[in-house]
Amino acid sequence: MNFDDTPHEAAFRAEARAWIDANAPKHLLPHLEKAGFGGIELGGLDPMKEAKAWQKKKYDAGWACLHWPKEYGGRGASPIERVIWNQEEGPYAALSGSFIIGHGMCGPTVMDWGPEEAKRELLPRLAAGEDIWCQLFSEPAGGSDLAGLRTKAERDGDDWVINGQKIWTSGAHYSQWGILITRTDPDVPKHKGLTMFFLRMDTPGVRIVPIKQANGQSGFNEVYFDNVRLPDSQRLGGVGEGWKVSLTTLMNERLSIGSGMSAGFPDIFEFCKELELADGTLAINDRGVRSKLAEWACRQSGLKYTGMRAISALSRGENPGPENSIGKLVAGSSLQEIAMFALDLQGQAGAVSDPKLAAMAAKFQAQLLRSPATRVEGGTDEILRNIIGERVLGLPDDMRADKGIAFNKIPTA
Amino acid sequence: MDFEFSAEQQQLKEQARRYLADKCPTTAVRAILEGSDPFDRALWQGLGEMGFLGAAIPEEYGGLGLGYLELCVIAEELGRALAPVPVSSSIFLVAEILKAAGSEEQKQRWLPKLASGEVIGTLASVEATGSVRPSNVALSAKAGTLTGAKSPVLDGDIADIAIVLARHAPGKDAQGLSLYLVDLNQSGIERTVLDTIDPSRSQAKIAFKDAAAELVGAAGDGWRLYEEALDRAAILTGFEQIGGADKALEMGRDYALQRFAFGRAIGSFQAIKHMLADMYVSATLARSNGYFGAYALSTGSADLAEAAATMRVSSTKAFQHCAKNNIQVHGGMGFTWAMDCHLYYRRSNLLAVSLGGLNEWEDKLIDRLRAKNAA
Repeated sequence: MNFDDTPHEAAFRAEARAWIDANAPKHLLPHLEKAGFGGIELGGLDPMKEAKAWQKKKYDAGWACLHWPKEYGGRGASPIERVIWNQEEGPYAALSGSFIIGHGMCGPTVMDWGPEEAKRELLPRLAAGEDIWCQLFSEPAGGSDLAGLRTKAERDGDDWVINGQKIWTSGAHYSQWGILITRTDPDVPKHKGLTMFFLRMDTPGVRIVPIKQANGQSGFNEVYFDNVRLPDSQRLGGVGEGWKVSLTTLMNERLSIGSGMSAGFPDIFEFCKELELADGTLAINDRGVRSKLAEWACRQSGLKYTGMRAISALSRGENPGPENSIGKLVAGSSLQEIAMFALDLQGQAGAVSDPKLAAMAAKFQAQLLRSPATRVEGGTDEILRNIIGERVLGLPDDMRADKGIAFNKIPTA
Repeated sequence: MDFEFSAEQQQLKEQARRYLADKCPTTAVRAILEGSDPFDRALWQGLGEMGFLGAAIPEEYGGLGLGYLELCVIAEELGRALAPVPVSSSIFLVAEILKAAGSEEQKQRWLPKLASGEVIGTLASVEATGSVRPSNVALSAKAGTLTGAKSPVLDGDIADIAIVLARHAPGKDAQGLSLYLVDLNQSGIERTVLDTIDPSRSQAKIAFKDAAAELVGAAGDGWRLYEEALDRAAILTGFEQIGGADKALEMGRDYALQRFAFGRAIGSFQAIKHMLADMYVSATLARSNGYFGAYALSTGSADLAEAAATMRVSSTKAFQHCAKNNIQVHGGMGFTWAMDCHLYYRRSNLLAVSLGGLNEWEDKLIDRLRAKNAA
């Protein structure tokens, strides 16, 4: 139990800090420190351009995708070194939002299952931020029940022909590549008939339609496949092994999304230090407010140290396990509760969402409208509780009406 | 950096678990709850002989001279087993205060006996309903004697010595408070056993009438020493709470696997499964906060006060959450005297107030976060 650096770790930290100090885009710092929920605003500068520039700079100096092997564009760093880098990169990491899915999920999946030639060509480009990747998993009929997906891939000579539709694909509209899970055999039970591919998002027949979300923004997309032709060399893993391959992605997703999530405490703490209540006291001095703040503070630090414990487990050579599902489960509802509480404290002014008028540049109003998605994307709260219940605690599976039944015999309505 | 107990510490923990599984099954806890013995004397003696009590007491004072991390893993196992013995009073509080502020003579005289279990110590601070604060500490210290009363005092009926928070100067401020060490086996002491929510840990009212007492630490330093002692004890007690929370969760899980209703194990219903998942989340957050607390305690980190309050709030809530929902998972059976669920429910609610209630620790946490933020 040692939260301090070893001499080697201290040297690594000093090196990272010095490099960041000399190279980070410091002019963006005021914007990044204020970065709210759902995208960043850089005072008129193009966030994607700035993000790519920072990523390329890191890549050129060997600070991109630290835990990846060097031959694929990483640094071959240890899990602990990755933690140290994240701590040092601090607010600049907010620039890298568009890369999270590629670096955290698609990259590791291609690394485990892709052909060597593709790995050597594509992974360094991904690490350098030259390409952005997306994950084509969810479908209108396959969300929580992912294995119920219907997009089909049919063999045609050396090629596969893809038809169907994906939905909730984050960043498809600015991605160059994607990983895609399809059904290649409808005559076997649903988990057994799946196969995974990777593809360029400008492959003929791929059509991307942004979804206008409930909060008015558009980060997700529908992606349609109309006779999209892929060579067999773009297959990831064996035919029918798609479910196994997708577990690599989902396992990495747990660590990539869950461990880095904030429960939102620092913002509400700042806000309560400034806000005066009806009786003239500051909100932070109010007993009822304090009780809520203490709960969120404990969740915030509990998640942080849970993430660190997961890193220690990785260092010991363990795989990221289902216990990491708690990160998003805790953060999602905390973010929503905090937003609602902040608006409540703001009184009638809480309804105003104009950043020029509302407290803290309307951060809580944006959080209120975005946080319902956090509790759904990448596994709903309910699916995460199922995972904890079944995979961590060993409780029985839910009753499934489709168990052992060929996919094309499963009732749909 | 390494965010896990070492292999040796985990071995010690397993050793403590095996020992307690053998010497302290819940039938032993129940014997204290239902019987007339106020604590499990054989277990207490055994814990002393095994060196568990003296784990964090230096060798020169009769302890094992290990450290706080070792004491934390032992505390977790004691909590898991609901050990009906006065470890928190005697070791987490009294031995710790003597280590921090006792004179050389006091340390040599008492620490070896606390480490062996020959002497039981307790901390007497409470005089009124509500939080302990300088303004409601009135027990008076004059010319080396104490007069007044403390109630409730955890393990007050079985302790041999007490460290007493008392007022040596009139008024209501903290500067007028000092800590005193009192031999409870003297004529000026009268004890009354109290009925409590958890009779597996006994409590008493102690009346002092011109009882001989000696200062611990400097005069006027009592409140500071008391608060610092509470912080360290909050982390150690926090591990008891984590141990209790884990066990209550496991009991709920095991029952959900074995109990069938509507033709299926009740753990296959999402209402039960998700309740248990939420218990796991609470227990995990508390454990993670606890690991940072253990580290802060073991290094005397500047973050100790914040870490203690964070852990206290987190582990108190986790144990209460797991213990109350363990009863819910058990349904009607959970409310029978015969099932062990209520033992955990009782203990979780005793520990939740034993070092001051949740509202006090929430206040401390927010104050400390603010102070850090302002620094």
